[in-house]
Amino acid sequence: MNGAISPQKTVQIALLVTCLSDLFRPQIARAAVELIEKFGYQVDVPRQTCCGQPAYNAGEKVKARILAENMISLFEPYRYVVAPSGSCAATIKEHYPGLFDEGSSEHEQCMQLVEKTHELSGFLVDVAKADLEKNPLFGDRSLRITYHDSCSGLRELGIRSQPRKLLKDRLGIDISEMPNSEVCCGFGGMFCVKYPEISTRMVDNKVDGIEGVEAEVLLGGDLGCLMNIAGRLRRIGSTTRVYHYAEFLADSDPGPAIGYRD
Amino acid sequence: MPNSWLILTRARQSAIGIDMQVKSSSFRTTATKALLDEDLRAAMDRAEGGFVDTRKQAVDELVNFQEYREFARSTKNHVLAHLDYYLTRFESNVMASGGQVHWASNGEEVNRIVLDICRRPGIDKITKGKSMVSEEFALNAGLEAAGLEVVETDLGEYIIQLAEETPSHIIAPAVHKTKQAVTDLFEEHHREAGYPRVVERLDIVNQARQVLRDHFCTADVGITGGNFLIADTGSIALITNEGNGDLTANLPDIHIVVTSIEKVIPDMQALGGFLRLLGRSATGQIMSVYTTLFNGPRRIDDLDGPGEFHVVLVDNGRSGILGSQFQDILRCIKCGACMNHCPVYTSIGGHAYGWVYPGPMGSVLTPLMVGQKNAPDLPYACTLNGRCKTVCPVMIPLPDLLRKHRNNLVEMGQTRSLQKWGMQLWFQVARNPSLYNMMVGLYALKLNMLARLTSAFRRGSFKRIPLLGAWTSTRDFPVPQTTTFQAQWKRQRGHD
Repeated sequence: MNGAISPQKTVQIALLVTCLSDLFRPQIARAAVELIEKFGYQVDVPRQTCCGQPAYNAGEKVKARILAENMISLFEPYRYVVAPSGSCAATIKEHYPGLFDEGSSEHEQCMQLVEKTHELSGFLVDVAKADLEKNPLFGDRSLRITYHDSCSGLRELGIRSQPRKLLKDRLGIDISEMPNSEVCCGFGGMFCVKYPEISTRMVDNKVDGIEGVEAEVLLGGDLGCLMNIAGRLRRIGSTTRVYHYAEFLADSDPGPAIGYRD
Repeated sequence: MPNSWLILTRARQSAIGIDMQVKSSSFRTTATKALLDEDLRAAMDRAEGGFVDTRKQAVDELVNFQEYREFARSTKNHVLAHLDYYLTRFESNVMASGGQVHWASNGEEVNRIVLDICRRPGIDKITKGKSMVSEEFALNAGLEAAGLEVVETDLGEYIIQLAEETPSHIIAPAVHKTKQAVTDLFEEHHREAGYPRVVERLDIVNQARQVLRDHFCTADVGITGGNFLIADTGSIALITNEGNGDLTANLPDIHIVVTSIEKVIPDMQALGGFLRLLGRSATGQIMSVYTTLFNGPRRIDDLDGPGEFHVVLVDNGRSGILGSQFQDILRCIKCGACMNHCPVYTSIGGHAYGWVYPGPMGSVLTPLMVGQKNAPDLPYACTLNGRCKTVCPVMIPLPDLLRKHRNNLVEMGQTRSLQKWGMQLWFQVARNPSLYNMMVGLYALKLNMLARLTSAFRRGSFKRIPLLGAWTSTRDFPVPQTTTFQAQWKRQRGHD
């Protein structure tokens, strides 16, 4: 399908950029914008900060609530909010409601944001429900690709089939599944620097899975996990390249992998 | 639940007696050491694979497994809301079948009660079935100090008793031991009695059976735990795989059940539901090998069974959890699925957690039972990946409870100062969009410049970054572009 014929032209979507993509991997946010625009939606990026996930997971509920309030008013004018990250979307959808007293007007406003927030692949498949045409750029490149299911997206939002469907439909990619695709990679936000030794063991287990299926590329949907896995692969001299799935799906060339210059 | 409080008030009077040494405060050191233990790694890898795969198979076969989970959750919630009613009902039904019930508010009281029962002429040897509750207050040590011989009869427990260790898993206490380690241990302890060195799995098990058989036949008292207490009938349901629990309970003249108050369930129908969940969740068995209901002492027309039947109902801090924001953890049926599926637990094993209960359920329970300041690391020993929550048969929201612990530590001002101030600084920036965008932009630029000064730029990633050693000691870190996405967007689309 092409953007020009879309009836959704007037529907405004806000991109939740996510802190990590903003700072370390703008390509992901760019790819997300491209993909959503392909469906004929109008994308806006209101000036934003963080959803509050680090504070919330550290037990800093008061701080998390203040950041949540900012997000709720920031995204109030939009029809949908889409994030290229399962954990950021899950922070809003699963955990924001608990920050406000049920029955309060704040809670009610919060629930409006909860309803309209989606993880990118979940939005494209479950809400936009349109098929993407084949990506001509990707051509008939045959790559051995595996997929890491990031925990929050998988368990809190049920994101599993959506990215696989998009990759299959648009690029003809059949994922070479690793047996531990649903096991945590050891990132865990602050966990990876609080317990670096345990975190490293966990990412090594993940690397074992990647090497077990001889994957040339690892895709996933959460940059934190991907930086962790990519960083470990690079350190041990593996040639497997790591990307966010959106970078593969977008029209523009995915370019250098995470942690590579070319 | 005011009613529940009344009956339990007496049990709450005194503080918990913590006899088993709490080592949870040294979590990080112990965990790091455990990571270097190759034997432990081999043992854990093998166990993890087995537990996870067999559970999945057994659960998939029961099409309405999810309905059973919901049934179990609501049944436990109901019982916990009326705990006083069900416990007193259980007590009177045990008494009606000729048994005696003892209430113990803490470990000291349990040890005293059990010693009082055992302190009489002719009692020298005690056989013991697996009981995690009794580990909470080191019951064995207390009995041994009084001159009694205590023999653990569960194979795993027997192994760690010989090794003078504590369990590292709640249903597989010796899961951290390799076969080689058991061979050596048996040789050391059994040689004197004339037993040969055994290396094959079957021979090891058979030797343990022979040694233990002698103990079963000569024991004066048998102590077991209990998995479920059935209020309606006064029965204790004991679920084992080795049959040692039955020999422990039935051969000696005195059977003492040491169990805790949250294990009571209403009736036999409820037991049916829990049994469908327990075996599948724990070991991937449709049912464990032995499921026994104990009802009082031997009756006149019974051919065997103990002459005396005692039930010690242990609180040890549980009534303090009742009615709190952590009450959900009291639903736990101690199946071990959460730890089998926990990538942190399977990396470091159970001992690193430093007390009786390891893994996710242990990280929730330990701070509640031994005090948060004695286990400050445990709530953070988790990536919040949520796998435990999806396999818990009684649907305990384990990651959410761990987050509540973190929240309490923050509110009590008990987080480390580096964490506290780092978070404060980050927050002040994150709450202000202008400041945030400026700071993040500067950070991207600085990192990028730093990269240009080193080989990192050409490589595309840093091998080392000052202050980020915890990451870069084992992982590369990507070099960011010179501008953030938001800055690029503003430039291209002119939006503010």
